[in-house]
Amino acid sequence: MKAFAQLLELLALTPSRNRKIAALAEYFAKTPDPDRGYALAVLTGALSFRNVKPAKLKEIVLGEVDPHLFALSYDYVGDLGETIALIWPHHGGTEELPSLTDLIELFNTTSKGELPRLISSLLTRAEINERWAVVKLATGALRIGVSARLAKTALAEMSGKDLQAIEEVWHGLRIPYAELFTWLEDRGERPDIDHAARFHPMMLSNPIDEARDLEKLDPADFSAEWKWDGIRVQLVAARGNVSLFSRTGDDIGPAFPDVVEAMMGDAVLDGELLVGADFAPGPFNDLQQRLNRKVASPKHLKDLPAFVRVYDMLFDGSEDIRALEWTERRARLEAFFTRHRQTRLDLSEVLDFGDWPTLAEHRRRGADEHGHEGVMVKLRTSPYVPGRPKGLWYKWKRDPNLVDAILMYAQRGHGKRSSFYSDFTFGVWKGNEIVPIGKAYFGFTDAELKQLDKWVRTHTLQAFGPVREVEKSLVFEVAFDSAQESARHKSGVALRFPRINRIRWDKPAGEAATLEEMQVFIGAT
Amino acid sequence: MASPLLDRHLHLKAIDTFIDPVQPRERAIITHGHADHARSGHGAVLATPDTIAIMKTRYGEACAGSFQPVEYGEPVSIDDVRITLHPAGHVLGSAQVLIEHRGQRVVVTGDYKRLPDRTAAPFELVPCDLLVTEATFGLPVFQHPAPSDEIARLVRSLEANPDRAHLIGAYALGKAQRVISLLREGGHDAPIYLHGALLRLCALYEERGIPLGDLRPATGVAKPELAGRVVIAPPSALKDRWSRRLPDPVLAMASGWMSVKQRARQRGVELPLIISDHADWNELRETIADTGAETIWVTHGREDALVYHCRQQGLVAEPLNIQGYEEGEEDER
Ligand SMILES: [Zn+2]
Ligand SMILES: [Zn+2]
Repeated sequence: MKAFAQLLELLALTPSRNRKIAALAEYFAKTPDPDRGYALAVLTGALSFRNVKPAKLKEIVLGEVDPHLFALSYDYVGDLGETIALIWPHHGGTEELPSLTDLIELFNTTSKGELPRLISSLLTRAEINERWAVVKLATGALRIGVSARLAKTALAEMSGKDLQAIEEVWHGLRIPYAELFTWLEDRGERPDIDHAARFHPMMLSNPIDEARDLEKLDPADFSAEWKWDGIRVQLVAARGNVSLFSRTGDDIGPAFPDVVEAMMGDAVLDGELLVGADFAPGPFNDLQQRLNRKVASPKHLKDLPAFVRVYDMLFDGSEDIRALEWTERRARLEAFFTRHRQTRLDLSEVLDFGDWPTLAEHRRRGADEHGHEGVMVKLRTSPYVPGRPKGLWYKWKRDPNLVDAILMYAQRGHGKRSSFYSDFTFGVWKGNEIVPIGKAYFGFTDAELKQLDKWVRTHTLQAFGPVREVEKSLVFEVAFDSAQESARHKSGVALRFPRINRIRWDKPAGEAATLEEMQVFIGAT
Repeated sequence: MASPLLDRHLHLKAIDTFIDPVQPRERAIITHGHADHARSGHGAVLATPDTIAIMKTRYGEACAGSFQPVEYGEPVSIDDVRITLHPAGHVLGSAQVLIEHRGQRVVVTGDYKRLPDRTAAPFELVPCDLLVTEATFGLPVFQHPAPSDEIARLVRSLEANPDRAHLIGAYALGKAQRVISLLREGGHDAPIYLHGALLRLCALYEERGIPLGDLRPATGVAKPELAGRVVIAPPSALKDRWSRRLPDPVLAMASGWMSVKQRARQRGVELPLIISDHADWNELRETIADTGAETIWVTHGREDALVYHCRQQGLVAEPLNIQGYEEGEEDER
């Protein structure tokens, strides 16, 4: 546990990506199985185990520390987990902490009722840095900026193997990755993965910069499709087994048996999961209802049928065609659709355009009339490359909707921002009252964040824990992708992807939007 | 609650003398040489010989009208007030001030710590009726680990990174010498390289009998020579152009604040060393209890929590809110 705690601290404090990679590589090289495998799983978020909510952890600590002193300390430190790690008043158990593997086992086998006692004893036995790691592990929230990609890069660095080769086997592996390390250390064969039957990391697009990109790009080299407002999925069908994966490789098949059972033919397809009858997608909220359930209910299957609008093909049967150009893959995909009649899959339409202004017009009308999120622009010669390669696929999003809203509450952020008020709840007028319509925590620069933080501190009406209610006088221009009716919000409106577009220091709150004005956005999708 | 002897500005009315005054005064008692306690421009200054030497080094021979050096434990009587200086364990020359008057005993701790430190005379507990205590680390999140453990981490990092310099941010008076002395104690006898701002005070420590081993100016040393070496500089130089002369430095900082990772991260510190010259929360509480004082004045730092704690213990406690002490937490002095 000591080595893992040291690694966590180093990862949290080292700004340099290369040094993080070096530290990870060294840890993986020096740590025995299965500890290193569990560490890899924990760091990449692949492992979930029984853990405690931060509020519960706080309760445990408040059994040991005066609440007022805790509140003063939390206010000073700014981060709950760190406050707990630092304030824990008992130290000096004689036993060392268990290994990471045993610790995870302990979390998993201890009953909910016994968990507080376990955590108390661990915190007491831990050394100062270990205590922070125990808190992070116990709450299951590591948040130290290690992506799966970074960890895999470290494995490549440690072993001298190719990163791409590691990516290839990744989704077929099981925690604690013993076979992976065996291969990486040349003590055994590369793990045998049935390539056609696995999730394959997806290809993502980059936003287009209208001012800079368009004039450099020749429209004849590109193809365009609608960008649909669902979720990206991968359908994997091999020898009668069909799986449906989310963009992050989570198997969401059990929630969408209607799609999985209707799939005909063997292939790996990339598309957009949508909900609606007869291939007419309904609002995102319909899909959200189905996503909220791990297993589909009969009522949902009937009222909210799902389908996949297919964009691309990665495997044709068991043949890997990712290296082919997009035009060839598209031809294979169309042939696949003629070969196999599909009832829950359809082909994404290819848009006709001769020049960028025509496509811009498509994009505008698609957004206004059909609520499309925008258009996808793909280089005709592009291979299917996992990750977000530059210069191949672009997304050209619709112009956002804008509304002037009033800042109501501010909350301290997380991680790097924990000492700043950076989560903002804003609202609009409903008669003489202001009702909240959403929350945003990005869209501003670091300098603006500091200004906002200062403004919040000097305009506080009251504080509840980390939340402050502020004077209703600062206006934000909020951008959002769409608005929906929502029973959960007091205002009856919920925004999708709200972000702060501009801070209107100049604008009086009286000129902010009204709830009636918000109605025009509802149903635009 | 008020003391007839001392007011809330640490003014001894009976003899018109201030303790660590922020403004220039006719007569001042100075607890130690840090800039927020020792200012130049007073008339008569009473302090330990080491503190006087430090003031003269920092501000010049003429930084006060006159100096009265007083050794630890040697009482000085002025009218019917008796003043005695006792070691505070904070930095070289640091003192607590005991004031006795008609049977009343008042102690002003100045800055203090109780952990052993080879660069400062060890803290002495002085029983009293009114205690004026510092509260730099007056929150229960501050529980300093053993300095030897922190030095061990530094030594481990030195061994793991032989091609990088280790640049340690440490205040020029006290912290720098303490870190050097701890390193020596931990068996590190290689030369240690210093930023120019630290040279004079390190020399002064050695003159006053505190050995610091092989010290060299960092200026003018070829970059490769500093690989695997310890370099000490004031915290402000950490991110400064100055540090570019070092080979791929590991940025470290020796300070009690370094226990809070968020703070370390904000300052870009990769290797936080929790080494403090102030009492931590537990020491503050113990000291308050040990002196037997029934009235506690809290100054210099996070006053609220310590005042609250004292009141919970049934003591009379007040914050002093003296302006001018340690504004930002950047300055641990
Ligand atoms: Zn000081
Ligand atoms: Zn001070």
